[in-house]
Amino acid sequence: MTDAPLPEHPDFLWRNPEPKRSYDVIVVGGGGHGLATAHYLVKNHGITNVAVLEKGWLAGGNMARNTTIIRSNYLWDESAAIYEHALKLWERLPEELDYDFLFSQRGVLNLAHTLQDVREGVRRVNANRLNGVDAEWLEPEQVAEVCPIVNVSDRTRYPVLGATYQPRAGIAKHDHVAWALARSADAHGVDLIQGCEVTGFVRDGDRVVGVETSRGRILAGRVGLAAAGHSSVLAGLAGVRLPVQSHPLQALVSELHERIHPTVVMSNHVHVYVSQAHKGELVMGAGVDSYNGYGQRGSFHVIERQMAAAVELFPAFARAHVLRTWGGIVDVTPDASPIIGTTPVENLYVNCGWGTGGFKATPAAGWTFAHTIATGEPHPLNAPFALDRFTTGALIDEHGAAAVAH
Amino acid sequence: MLLIDCPWCGPRDETEYHYGGQAHVPYPDDADGLSDAEWAEYVFYRDNPKGPFAERWVHSIGCRRWFNVLRDTASHQVLAVYRLDEPRPEGTR
Repeated sequence: MTDAPLPEHPDFLWRNPEPKRSYDVIVVGGGGHGLATAHYLVKNHGITNVAVLEKGWLAGGNMARNTTIIRSNYLWDESAAIYEHALKLWERLPEELDYDFLFSQRGVLNLAHTLQDVREGVRRVNANRLNGVDAEWLEPEQVAEVCPIVNVSDRTRYPVLGATYQPRAGIAKHDHVAWALARSADAHGVDLIQGCEVTGFVRDGDRVVGVETSRGRILAGRVGLAAAGHSSVLAGLAGVRLPVQSHPLQALVSELHERIHPTVVMSNHVHVYVSQAHKGELVMGAGVDSYNGYGQRGSFHVIERQMAAAVELFPAFARAHVLRTWGGIVDVTPDASPIIGTTPVENLYVNCGWGTGGFKATPAAGWTFAHTIATGEPHPLNAPFALDRFTTGALIDEHGAAAVAH
Repeated sequence: MLLIDCPWCGPRDETEYHYGGQAHVPYPDDADGLSDAEWAEYVFYRDNPKGPFAERWVHSIGCRRWFNVLRDTASHQVLAVYRLDEPRPEGTR
């Protein structure tokens, strides 16, 4: 039982061109953020002589591994602004791209289990409202109205004391989002080049003027990095050090079930987030594995703990099965906020540090990164997310609203 | 699940330990004379290699002592375990 038919599997949506000798802009990383950057370079800035270089296949990294949650209920003004911009873009993107990727605004509940959680939640609701983000504080009985399968009894180990609720939040079909962006970029002349790993940078004094790749040297006026977990590795090739640490982040799905879960539920305290995909599988995630890792896999006890949390919150899940688990590599910053902007190297720009929350930001990351690359200056939305905030101390501490322990 | 060989207790499951990030990051000698950029480097910047990485672990529900592990972050293979007062094993970055 599904509430919407899945889109037909499309025919080929993009060419597979050979790389040209040079481009105005090279975007490194063909995931959601790289593809969205290409889309907005075309749409907002008229820059079409662009290559997106992907070492594997398009959208095969974190774009294929995330739990598809979209929300904008972040605490600080800077975060609320950029994530709300993303949500507004999501709301019009299916029409803009002429592609129904099943964006479903089914709302998100962020549960509170302690007095401190309640205070943080109420504060975040007030902050959200001041920033034009839809937000409500719900008491436990209201939580049960929105999502009847949540156990709101006071007899559990960590009772639900309330929740923040963002009705406009939701989920989208992640693969189709990437394909929609790719089709649009390709149709406007952007070269999407897969199986093309960047192995170095071509320098002219202090400037980057191109990249060395597994498919030869490609010159570029400007280069933007959108490589998530491998950002440190890539930036290191250009002599740029980034304040990020790469961690495994795991997720999992159950087998298919009847529609039972009408919304998205997240809990920081017992630490699990759950939604139900259109096909019917329960999609779950939790926090990162504590250690640094590039292996796209984590440890099983992390899964075990989030299952314990899921079963306490949703007794109905007790007899479901974990069908498949997987891991991605997320690049986490000290303040759990992203880095989008210029680097100490001329013509080299970086979009990284999204950690566990990059999918929801996909359109805004693309919008602001395209602006930064096209003009050489940050957009007002990403100016606060500059690399130099770690030197000035103007941090944007979103460990609370990031909803995932880092 | 990593299996980590505590120098004092022997091999134990990862769940007995807590992670402490990069090893060999000493407090700056000249703390009074550091620029903002140098402070940022000490406070916020850590190596993030894909490959061998010297990191700290604490055996929090065992002997509660800290020690260092040399681990490959791509394969998760533990290459060496050594005490805090021992140098990083020879032949590594």
